[in-house]
Amino acid sequence: MDRNTFIAGLSDLPARCILKDEAELRPYECDGLSAYRRLPWLVLLPETIEQVQFILAYCHTHNVPVVARGAGTGLSGGALPLDNGVLLGLAKFSRIIDIDLPNRLARVQPGVRNLAITQAVAEHGLYYAPDPSSQIACSIGGNVAENAGGVHCLKYGLTVHNIAELKLITIEGELLTIGSPSLDSAGYDLLALLTGSEGLLGVIVEVTVRLLPAPEQAQVVLAAFDSVAAAGQAVADIISQGILPAGLELMDTLAVRAAEDFVHAGYPTDAAAILLCELDGEQHEVEVQIDKVTQLLQASGANEVRRARDEAERLRFWAGRKAAFPAVGRLSPDYYCMDGTIPRKHLGQVLSTIAQWSKAYGLPVANVFHAGDGNLHPLILYDANKPGELERTEEFGARILELCIAVGGTITGEHGVGMEKIDQMCVQFNEAELQQFHAIKQAFDANGLLNPGKAVPTLARCAEFGSMHVHHGELPFPELERF
Amino acid sequence: MTNTDLTETFCEQIRDAEEKGTPLAITGGGSKMFYGRRPDINAISLDTTRHCGIISYEPSELVIQARSGTPLRDIETRLSDNNQMLAFEPPHFSENATLGGTIACGLSGPRRPYHGAARDFVLGTRVINGKGEPLHFGGQVMKNVAGYDVSRLMAGSLGTLGLIAEVSLKVLPRPACEYTLKQVCNQAEALRRFADWSGRPLPLSAACWYEDHLYLRLSGNEDGLRHAQHRLGDSLLESLPDWWDNLRDHKHPFFNRPDPLWRLSVPPATPPLAVKGDWFIDWGGAQRWLYSNDNPEQIRRLVTSIGGHATLFRNATERIEVFHPLPTPLLKLQQRIKRAMDPAGILNPGRLYPEL
Ligand SMILES: Cc1cc2nc3c(=O)[nH]c(=O)nc-3n(C[C@H](O)[C@H](O)[C@H](O)COP(=O)(O)OP(=O)(O)OC[C@H]3O[C@@H](n4cnc5c(N)ncnc54)[C@H](O)[C@@H]3O)c2cc1C
Ligand SMILES: Cc1cc2nc3c(=O)[nH]c(=O)nc-3n(C[C@H](O)[C@H](O)[C@H](O)COP(=O)(O)OP(=O)(O)OC[C@H]3O[C@@H](n4cnc5c(N)ncnc54)[C@H](O)[C@@H]3O)c2cc1C
Repeated sequence: MDRNTFIAGLSDLPARCILKDEAELRPYECDGLSAYRRLPWLVLLPETIEQVQFILAYCHTHNVPVVARGAGTGLSGGALPLDNGVLLGLAKFSRIIDIDLPNRLARVQPGVRNLAITQAVAEHGLYYAPDPSSQIACSIGGNVAENAGGVHCLKYGLTVHNIAELKLITIEGELLTIGSPSLDSAGYDLLALLTGSEGLLGVIVEVTVRLLPAPEQAQVVLAAFDSVAAAGQAVADIISQGILPAGLELMDTLAVRAAEDFVHAGYPTDAAAILLCELDGEQHEVEVQIDKVTQLLQASGANEVRRARDEAERLRFWAGRKAAFPAVGRLSPDYYCMDGTIPRKHLGQVLSTIAQWSKAYGLPVANVFHAGDGNLHPLILYDANKPGELERTEEFGARILELCIAVGGTITGEHGVGMEKIDQMCVQFNEAELQQFHAIKQAFDANGLLNPGKAVPTLARCAEFGSMHVHHGELPFPELERF
Repeated sequence: MTNTDLTETFCEQIRDAEEKGTPLAITGGGSKMFYGRRPDINAISLDTTRHCGIISYEPSELVIQARSGTPLRDIETRLSDNNQMLAFEPPHFSENATLGGTIACGLSGPRRPYHGAARDFVLGTRVINGKGEPLHFGGQVMKNVAGYDVSRLMAGSLGTLGLIAEVSLKVLPRPACEYTLKQVCNQAEALRRFADWSGRPLPLSAACWYEDHLYLRLSGNEDGLRHAQHRLGDSLLESLPDWWDNLRDHKHPFFNRPDPLWRLSVPPATPPLAVKGDWFIDWGGAQRWLYSNDNPEQIRRLVTSIGGHATLFRNATERIEVFHPLPTPLLKLQQRIKRAMDPAGILNPGRLYPEL
């Protein structure tokens, strides 16, 4: 449909909700994965549920595709706009609608920032557990679409474990309520199906999240190791001893040094790796477990084990971890953040393979990740201005993901598939499985208008991707061990 | 323990049924036959119990993977030998309960409000859809957002979307010790206390009320529990080892009546509901068992109005739908999802809703 005709049909929307000039569209050309950019055809910023219903029904009638966008912090290009469709921004839905203290629920609009929820309920001794590192900026709607997680995942789960109800608008413009303020609801568990569906099944216009009591005490220990493998082994030792940390994070030497330079957390910069292990809960329980973890870390070869002396030091230890991405960003003009998950027992093996490949590609890698979940975030440092370097980086990244699949893991633990990992979906899933995803998509969006081209590849795309691998003959770096 | 993989056989059986349009009744141990709607009388039974065996279990990974016919008790024994547990505390209802039936029913025991439901612990599944295709979703890792979460969709779908062939579950360490506290109080007061305590950092792992007593289970280490006990006010510390298992498996005498038994799922802090009957409250207020002669439609209307739903859990009569009616747009969507997984409608048709 012609853009001007389309806009003319939007006369029910206030003019302030329609962005159509290039200067207004420019800020929406990418999300957190800035390697992919595209000027949107049109940006719409509705303010009410009725307006969202109207826009979707209108797009449906005219067969115009729609991409939902939260805060645009996504790292897989999920909110990358289309040059022939609407970018539907939900930033104006930024109100906390209701806090139900006795039932520990907060009903919020999708544009509310993750951290804002905890800030709103902290005075009641409650908090919202999933804490992506982007929590000061990312929206709860985007969190649901990506099933976002963070440091607290191992103990407190991902977004899917911490939400109760969604209000969803279908591509036909129908408003559905999924889930309930009870602990379960009748029929199929569509709440689980929708969480992590990357904006392909509907637009989320309200989220009811579960709140948890803030733990009585949180205590962190920092352990330094001579090798990343030893730190990886320590992770397994802690978990097999029946201890479930609230956070168990690993940083390698490059990440440690970058973070230390940046925030002065007091990290030992000569360590090959550090582990941060946080325990939380009832005060006495935490005391006992901290002692146990300290012993375990010493026994597993840590050359230094330090317990945060006070709350200020605890926060400093975490400040370094939380700032690790931007800190690494200061080391290089660009970096590419990967997001694969592997069974924890393969940590050592996978990290050392990545280190070998890093040398072979001539691209440094910093590792900072959720070790307790086996969720890796290798950051590949590169310079987009050097010809060919982005392509090499992407190839290296793709091999890391394929390595994750080969050891029994997955191509994305929390950032989603988006545009970025769509080819690797063909490696993780076979034809029948992808067909099943398409059939489910059809049940929601028969004409494929919601976020087309993302998350689930067409079989034609897989055939091309596969043939690239087969016909290419020699893989790069044949001398390197493969899994 | 036997270790048999019948995936291929199941695929063939389902493909055959799809071709002929014959409904299948997927049967596990038969422990939950009382639950849900009756199988289609024309259905051919597809027995999963010989498809069994634990495929992998590594305590340090906190994951167990097993075939669906594996007896639940075998899984629990293996975990318990390693000081681990299924934290959703699945009801068994009989010795025969299988892993597949457990996930297909999606029921969770007393620990549910504090540690999560069956679906929360599902990490991955192998499922055979209604076209007889073996499909693998999710995996063995804690975090995985590649593709739609079909695995957790299977929880509670009562075998109407696919035959669950294998399941990977997240498991948790068993707490070092557990105490049960008992306090005298009426229902309204118990619900108030549950709501208050649930908002505080206490090591709760179960909370129920019956006949003027509330019961709390605390899990953790000895010191922590004693400390919590003092903060929870005057209460008797009882040794009630079987109390929670009997509640979970409905062996408590309350459940031993031939009348229709309602399960009301409501927001936990909901005050006592204005329905005459005999109540047993579990899940810190969120799961309420009820025997009542009140009009079923009235019960359902009341529960809907507070954001809950009501299931006729046991001793259903022909006149009343077992599961809470869905709003039309949602039912239509669920029908389309059923069709996406089982186009010929041969898997446990009518077991959940007549339309699915
Ligand atoms: C520095 C940094 C650190 C990060 N750390 C983490 C981390 O620790 N864990 C983690 O999980 N992620 C992390 N992320 C990734 C990102 O923040 C999350 O994926 C987040 O959930 C995206 O939210 P958003 O509001 O920015 O969504 P967007 O980027 O705007 O959108 C993401 C996807 O969700 C869809 N979407 C957004 N809103 C809606 C809606 N209302 N309805 C339907 N679909 C919608 C979009 O179409 C798109 O596919 C990080 C990102 C950055 C930049
Ligand atoms: C036509 C017919 C009529 C019957 N009538 C009666 C009767 O009147 N009374 C009676 O006692 N028995 C009856 N049976 C037997 C009964 O169907 C089975 O005993 C029972 O369905 C299986 O037990 P269960 O599935 O509840 O066991 P569980 O293992 O407890 O399974 C519970 C639920 O999960 C589903 N399920 C189990 N395993 C899987 C899996 N791997 N994948 C997907 N879903 C699964 C089952 O279909 C069932 O809905 C009948 C069987 C047939 C075929």
